Amino acid sequence: MHPAFQGLLTIIIGVGGCVGYYYFSNQFLDKVLFPAKGANIGRNINRANMIRPWLFLFPALLALGLYLGYPVFETLRLSLTERLPGGGSQFVGLDNYSQMLGEPKFWEALQNNFFWLLVVPAMSTAFGLLAAQLTDRISWGNIAKSLIFMPMAISFVGAAVIWKLVYDTRPIDQEQIGVLNALYLWFGGTEPHTWLTIPFWNSFFLMAVLIWIQTGFAMVILSAALRGIPEETIEAAILDGANPFQIFFKIKVPQIMGTIVVVWTTITIVVLKVFDIVFAMTNGQWETQVLANYMYDKLFRANDWGVGSASAMVIMLLVTPILIWNVYNARKEMR
Amino acid sequence: MDNIAGTKSSLTWAVHISVALLVALWVFPTLGLLVSSFRTSDQIATSGWWKAGFPSEQNLTLRTGDPDTQVQDGDVFVVEGNLFAEPGAAEISVFGVTSQDINAYNAGDTAELRNGSKVTVQTNGDYRLESAEEITGSRGSRIFVTAQTPPEFTLRNYQNVLFDPSNREGMAKAFFNTLTVTIPATIIPILVAAFAAYALAWMDFPGRALLIAVVVGLLVVPLQLALIPLLKLHNEIGIGKGYLGAWLAHTGFGLPLAIYLLRNYMVGLPRDIIENAKVDGATDFQIFVKIILPLSFPALASFAIFQFLWTWNDLLVALVFLIDSTGETTVMTKQIVELLGTRGGNWEILATSAFVSIAVPLLVFFAMQKYLVRGLLAGSVK
Repeated sequence: MHPAFQGLLTIIIGVGGCVGYYYFSNQFLDKVLFPAKGANIGRNINRANMIRPWLFLFPALLALGLYLGYPVFETLRLSLTERLPGGGSQFVGLDNYSQMLGEPKFWEALQNNFFWLLVVPAMSTAFGLLAAQLTDRISWGNIAKSLIFMPMAISFVGAAVIWKLVYDTRPIDQEQIGVLNALYLWFGGTEPHTWLTIPFWNSFFLMAVLIWIQTGFAMVILSAALRGIPEETIEAAILDGANPFQIFFKIKVPQIMGTIVVVWTTITIVVLKVFDIVFAMTNGQWETQVLANYMYDKLFRANDWGVGSASAMVIMLLVTPILIWNVYNARKEMR
Repeated sequence: MDNIAGTKSSLTWAVHISVALLVALWVFPTLGLLVSSFRTSDQIATSGWWKAGFPSEQNLTLRTGDPDTQVQDGDVFVVEGNLFAEPGAAEISVFGVTSQDINAYNAGDTAELRNGSKVTVQTNGDYRLESAEEITGSRGSRIFVTAQTPPEFTLRNYQNVLFDPSNREGMAKAFFNTLTVTIPATIIPILVAAFAAYALAWMDFPGRALLIAVVVGLLVVPLQLALIPLLKLHNEIGIGKGYLGAWLAHTGFGLPLAIYLLRNYMVGLPRDIIENAKVDGATDFQIFVKIILPLSFPALASFAIFQFLWTWNDLLVALVFLIDSTGETTVMTKQIVELLGTRGGNWEILATSAFVSIAVPLLVFFAMQKYLVRGLLAGSVK
């Protein structure tokens, strides 16, 4: 069967199945299980209303539990076991973790992730804040915003190709076709560099790609926050003789600090999961490894599920503080 | 704010310049790829894409017409014509008749060939070759010219990448596969999430607050954790690698954001409408279908765009759950990664393939930016 028909069929079955499920399960509840008539009408209606939310929630809870809840525990279990040749597995305690900690590639990945976490959220937020503040005050600001926001729609892989062209290197006797080398030579550089193979610094060239993508996100959110600042505070500052920089740093930024933190943490999570960019541009060579790509290497190239799962748990561990913080805030807001 | 006294600062021009610089910095990389996708491989390899809009100077080796086109004019034998396939395709500045000395003569001059015949080459490529004796040999004489070629763009790359059925590295199939993954993976989670969001927003039951907290928590769980357990699960229940697995995985991974966005939106809908409907005897199912769904359209659209962009641009889920060893179900992102490995230097192929994959999300982005922004603002956990 052609995949397109299969896709179409899945849409019809999936959508039809969902609608059918919701409709008929409600009908069943109201007409058969607890009919709103007869002797127990009051009790029946109450019971039906107690069950109904779970009918609405069931498919979502099933999918969430199966696709996000169960894997957390299964990965934890896998990280503590070793696959035996010929199927089956045995409990090995923390062996996988100690093996992982003994690998220099893991430490390289962890160190790189640390730099990614340090640089990308900070730079994206800073550029986003700058762009939001500047574009708010000019007539063509919306067009400018739209263009800075555009990379959000581009896939990490597409962005990798775009930036590989920027970083491209030709031998010194040929004309450079990568912008970076062309600029470097034009500003008096002596010879073109293969930027992605310079250890340590190459990670920063990869980070530039993610900063380029995430700045638009930061800008959109921060721009909305800036507009939400009460005008009186700014007017008062102007009357007191504050200059534009003082207004920005001492009046505006403190008032949107909450939003800045939100943007920062959201980008932090993206950074922790960063995979495609490294996978497509260097695949972790030349000391650019990051955790997510290290994990992919272990799982699908080395076929070592134990160590792979252990590194996945490390990513989970790094995400956990943000998870707790988010839940805490969401609950506070609901009250 | 411009009307407040004192805010219109003298820095306005600096703001304009800074914004222009920022925009240029952000657009430049993409523009480079777009321009490159319309250039031939020779052009890409010999000059930077930023020079594509200007005439470029090239050294060409051309030939005069074959000797059998010669005509006798009085007592000399003459071959006449234009060096270019299309007259005037380039502007010749200097030329030469030996490969050692390719810029010996200016355009319009007459050069003497080794066999004694004379050739005159004009700027536009017209030439006249004169010889006292009959010209022999099977091919014309070589002329080396330095020419300014006007900027030239071609659609041939796109033709190769998209419409050439014999091109095994083409994007046509991958484009189709991506579409096949994306559409069900966008529609199904919306439906499932909408019902759940309604229950979480407007129905009272014990444990509701806890469930909302769980959804917020699941928002940030890295999907890396799910790869092996779910691949195992898919293999055990017989789905294996394929579209069904990819659709299910995308649905599962998209649900937390979908539920979160939709619940936040639905909670804000006016309570009166829903209570009135209840008083009039509408069931929860009717309220949901007839009132909540139509009113929630902006939120549904926001999430649909997110999920579409995310599934279209995804690489990891496709690698793990979709693409089997036959490679029949490859998606565009995977295809591009392969090309990066095998065709790392062939920028005309890479740029075009990448742009084919980028074009659709960009269109969606510019057409529906309003909803995307709205979704972002609602979706970031505050």
